[in-house]
Amino acid sequence: MKHRTFFWFFLPTGLAMLLFIAAPIVSVVLQSVHTPHEAVLIEVENCGPFGCTTETIIDQEATAEIRAERPLGRFVGWDIYLDRGHLAVAEVGALWSETDSISAFVSGLGNLPFYRAMAFTLTYTFACTPLLIALGLVIALAVNALNRRLKGLVIFFSLLPMIVTPLVGSLILFWMVDSRGIIGNFLQWLANDPDLSLKASTPLTWVMLIVYGVWHSAPFAFVVFYAGLQTLPKDQIEAAQIDGASRWDQVRFVVIPHLMPLVTFVALIQLMDNFRMFEPIVGFNAAAHATSLSWIIFNDLGGETRQLSAAAATSVITIVGVAILLSPVLVRTWRDFRSKT
Amino acid sequence: MKLGPILLAAGFAATAQGAAACEITARVSIIGNEFPAIQTVGAGAQACTGAEVRTNLTADHQQINLPGMQGNPAEYTSAVIANSSIVALMNADVIRPLDDLVEKHGAGLLRNQLITIDGQVMAVAFMANAQHLVYRADVLEHVGLEPPSSYEEMLEAAEAIRSAGIMDHPIGGAYAAGWNLAQEFVNMHLGFGGQFFVPGSAEPSVNSEAGVNALEMMKALSEYMNPDFLTHDSNATNAEFRAGNVALMNMWGSRAATLPTAEGVPPEVAAGFAIGGPLTVGGGDIPASTLWWDGWTVAKNIPDAEAESTFIALMHGIRPEILDDQEVATQAVWLIEGYEPTPAAEGVFDAAQAGTAPYPMLPYMGLMHTALGAELDDFMQGRESAEQALADVEAAYRAAAREAGYLQ
Repeated sequence: MKHRTFFWFFLPTGLAMLLFIAAPIVSVVLQSVHTPHEAVLIEVENCGPFGCTTETIIDQEATAEIRAERPLGRFVGWDIYLDRGHLAVAEVGALWSETDSISAFVSGLGNLPFYRAMAFTLTYTFACTPLLIALGLVIALAVNALNRRLKGLVIFFSLLPMIVTPLVGSLILFWMVDSRGIIGNFLQWLANDPDLSLKASTPLTWVMLIVYGVWHSAPFAFVVFYAGLQTLPKDQIEAAQIDGASRWDQVRFVVIPHLMPLVTFVALIQLMDNFRMFEPIVGFNAAAHATSLSWIIFNDLGGETRQLSAAAATSVITIVGVAILLSPVLVRTWRDFRSKT
Repeated sequence: MKLGPILLAAGFAATAQGAAACEITARVSIIGNEFPAIQTVGAGAQACTGAEVRTNLTADHQQINLPGMQGNPAEYTSAVIANSSIVALMNADVIRPLDDLVEKHGAGLLRNQLITIDGQVMAVAFMANAQHLVYRADVLEHVGLEPPSSYEEMLEAAEAIRSAGIMDHPIGGAYAAGWNLAQEFVNMHLGFGGQFFVPGSAEPSVNSEAGVNALEMMKALSEYMNPDFLTHDSNATNAEFRAGNVALMNMWGSRAATLPTAEGVPPEVAAGFAIGGPLTVGGGDIPASTLWWDGWTVAKNIPDAEAESTFIALMHGIRPEILDDQEVATQAVWLIEGYEPTPAAEGVFDAAQAGTAPYPMLPYMGLMHTALGAELDDFMQGRESAEQALADVEAAYRAAAREAGYLQ
């Protein structure tokens, strides 16, 4: 394609990307290095049904004046990134000099919101992604081997977990694993422990979230691999069969290499998605046991506090995290591309 | 055949109500919590004619009321709030003083309904609320105990119920990690005589003897709760009570009246249901609870016509005649003129009489509440000491308060 043609062809997409992707990122970065102005507090008389008291409130007029002067707020540089809610540099440094063993240091880290969220997010991402790829592949192979008439129906049912909205899916499961729910009760009976509760134990909550994550995303991998299987060259399979390859050998030496680019694609998308995991934590009410960066952003934005700068800083960290996570795959794709041209 | 006259009467009543009149000229849009009394007020406002009245009553109201009022014009012309959540709206300066509207349309409002801050009316309160004991009289009778008046007695009663083999987890509590857990700590901390801040400053002071005692008591109570307690909010706790799994709990007055009336509540639960006062703890004088009012505000960033219509519609929502309906009268402790306390209101009245402290209305209390909600679950799960959890709370609060500009 000529550069000129490419330019005009790409222009609308480029503009949309600038407007809807680049501009918000710039705004988030800008927000993350500014904080609200120092509050001007005054004491006033405050009366209501329970009598009058002296309370502190914000002096709106004085605050509005300061705000009008510098509407962006106070410039604080990297302060927010380094504070306890984020990278917690000072706390980690203190912890390092105070603790004398690695395990004490690690458990101390678990007390800081950012590192706690990262511990779960990374565990979740690296447990879910390979499992769902494997499961998706198994389903795709199984469905592909089915009788033509059954296929449509089975494909529809295999896609259901992905069709169900994550929040709804996790809520349904949430009630089933409740200690009075059907799965929770069954597990209690199985373990012969009436106090067993999936929701009260951190490791079990993590397992539950990972199982849910695999259940929810496996259909995506399945659809992609199933489409890939339709392009499988028949002659290669036949050649392998003539050479006496077993079914497992055929899968291992013919099918999987053929699907490898798709595996990379699914891994890429799912690493990104799982790193940003959020809805299941809300749906499972699991914040006491597992948090993620997205959940921290949600928590900062919600409620009565609305810490926009803290949420912005966490958002930027999330973007950086996704970039780091994807870098090996991106580098590999780039190398493949270079070697072909 | 008997339906005829009833329908006719209903028709007359409807016309009569229409004649009682609420005419508005501009858009009204209300955001608020979803408990029964607020539903009543919302429905009352919607009875107005002349312009559209929309309500969005949801448990997530605190997440959306502020963003929905910051625009100009604001999406919501009114937010139904409580003494805790009005602070966030005051901090962001999104609600308007109501003095002019009170003068023009506020006839019939009682003096103590007006929430006056620095001499200006900022909200109109319509009900009072507090958490207090709700229990099963039949179960306590079975183990031969009086209803508890302190948390220590609650623990004794729970042990008696458990060892009698009646219930495994006799105590209920809205201990869901986050807002609810923090609220229970706020109650308990005040009950032990604790202070949240160094007086006159935004410096936190929860890492104190009172704070440790409060946490130890919460931990002791949780031993008698359903093991899933960190996921139970008020709704889930009520469901446990209704199902007959719980005999003792600290519950909101605004939710207590409807506890035994829901569909499917077993007869023994409905019959044994009883309301007590708020509980004290550690021999303290004031109850381990907080007093609340619920009221409505009017947005600042809207045209005057909408503000006036909003005021008129909400005044219609809290007109004294709504109390003629016995069901509405039991929904809350109304602050409306002509309200006669019903038996369901006993708990909240006891709370007010026992000198319960109002929930603190400080600009930085929301940050403290959030920090408590995020950091206390480690202790409740036995992963760290009370002192460590409270030190974490203070550190998390400091980071947030520094960002918000309350601390240097």
